[in-house]
Amino acid sequence: MSERFFPDTMPSPTADAVTLPFWEAAAKHRLVVQRCTACSQTRLPPMPICPECRSDGADWQEVSGRGEIYTFTTVHRPIAANQPLPTIIAVIALEGSGGLRMISNIVDSDTEQLEIGKPVEVVWEDMSDDLAIPRFKLAS
Amino acid sequence: MSSRRAHLVGIGETQYARWGQIGDVTEHALALQAIQRAVADAGLSMDDVDGLASYAEDRNEAIYVAAELGLPELRFANMVWMPGGGGPCAAIGNAAMAVETGQAEVVVVYRSLCQGQFFRFGTGGMDASAPVPEPPKPTVNPANSLMMAWMGFAMPFGLIQAAAAYALPTRRHMHLYGTRPEALGKLAVTFREHASRNPRAVMGQKPMTMEDYFAAPMIADPHRLFDCCLESDGACAVVVTTEERARDLSNRPVEVLSSVQGTPKGFAFGPFTNANVADEYYATGGCEPMAKRLYAKAGLTPSDVDVAQIYDHFTGCVLMQIEDYGFCKRGEGGPFIESGALSWHGGSMPTNTHGGSLSEAYIHGLNHVVEGVRALRGESTSPVEGAEVCLVTSGACVPSSAVLLGRK
Repeated sequence: MSERFFPDTMPSPTADAVTLPFWEAAAKHRLVVQRCTACSQTRLPPMPICPECRSDGADWQEVSGRGEIYTFTTVHRPIAANQPLPTIIAVIALEGSGGLRMISNIVDSDTEQLEIGKPVEVVWEDMSDDLAIPRFKLAS
Repeated sequence: MSSRRAHLVGIGETQYARWGQIGDVTEHALALQAIQRAVADAGLSMDDVDGLASYAEDRNEAIYVAAELGLPELRFANMVWMPGGGGPCAAIGNAAMAVETGQAEVVVVYRSLCQGQFFRFGTGGMDASAPVPEPPKPTVNPANSLMMAWMGFAMPFGLIQAAAAYALPTRRHMHLYGTRPEALGKLAVTFREHASRNPRAVMGQKPMTMEDYFAAPMIADPHRLFDCCLESDGACAVVVTTEERARDLSNRPVEVLSSVQGTPKGFAFGPFTNANVADEYYATGGCEPMAKRLYAKAGLTPSDVDVAQIYDHFTGCVLMQIEDYGFCKRGEGGPFIESGALSWHGGSMPTNTHGGSLSEAYIHGLNHVVEGVRALRGESTSPVEGAEVCLVTSGACVPSSAVLLGRK
């Protein structure tokens, strides 16, 4: 098991059949985005059809796990028992994803050093045997 | 000649209180009380009411409310698909459409919220202090709605508290434009001053200085405590009818000049939980396209607006809406607010003359419509002399709505 940053009390992901493949890939420490096989536009969250060309053909593209901070907030109030504070919630612009961003956390980093635009890299947190959550830390 | 143009002819409110302070009356009984007061204010009888309109997150469904009010015949009942606070102006717009198209004659828009009887919105429905003897094994859970499939990309990261969610676009606005915390503080202090003149305001007896603002604890950077709206118990209602009916009533009627609702492409729930809102809209309220439609439909421009009631769930969201609705250029909301523009007394755009959700009460923004009516009747406790046009907006950085109201 990887290092743990958050307790089991944090909310777990909810998914339907369309979004589940993201989490199945995550369990294998693969960060993926959905890509339209007709027009190559990427999308996140996963959706049944492409909002650009309305094709229903799609595959999954693995991204590098590198990115940069698009925006973030330092949270001082917990939502879950034993949640470590402050919690950093950030929007990460994902490298090589066709311009996509994702919400995540910044962990294992000097919070004084956080700035919009700073490079980050993915850190996988194994919450259980079948759930891994992609978090990020400041790139070394 | 008769006209079916929609007018707001009655407003009603219950007591507004801090969350948990209204425990002896149920939330839905409070809804009935507000509706009765609004209908009485209009000079109408409950037997005249044939429509009810509300918006998302209402626990008090119109079909039951109609039965409990003894409405002779319910001819129109409607609910807006927006997150709670995004919908009050859309509900007014839908009620206006109903009376203008003849589906109903008198429609009441209502909202009752008793956060103490259910849950505090600020917690996002989570309770960090609840005992967890054995947390369930973390795993992917089935999404029971489309919203929950999308929320699967926010909740695992703890993004469910409004204070944190709305901090994200505000922080980016500060980064892009150099917006200062002082602008957010000035806004909170200004609305508190307005509340101090309003006997209904929950925070009316609690004056606040900039020093108080900066001394308050940080909740979710850049949101300090007083950047966050109140969590309240209370209810209010607004009566909508035709110009023809309005003419026979004693109150000065207020015309619905135009109404809009909607989102830009790909917005979904907005920056609140959608990381992929288009870059051009991320550090905005997302209301700019809607604002253009709103003014065009009324044949007005931002400079025609005399007073504004802007949905203030968080200070930064007001700042970004001020830009969306054209009161200053994109990125200049900070200096605009710091100049004192929002003050009822001498400000260039007097805003939230009731004190807003930050300092009057959080009734999901329907109280902003109520204050809009008051402002144009000349009944606000922070009056803007000669005001003829009032902008009212609903929750921004999520799907939203707005109305322009006009004095007759």
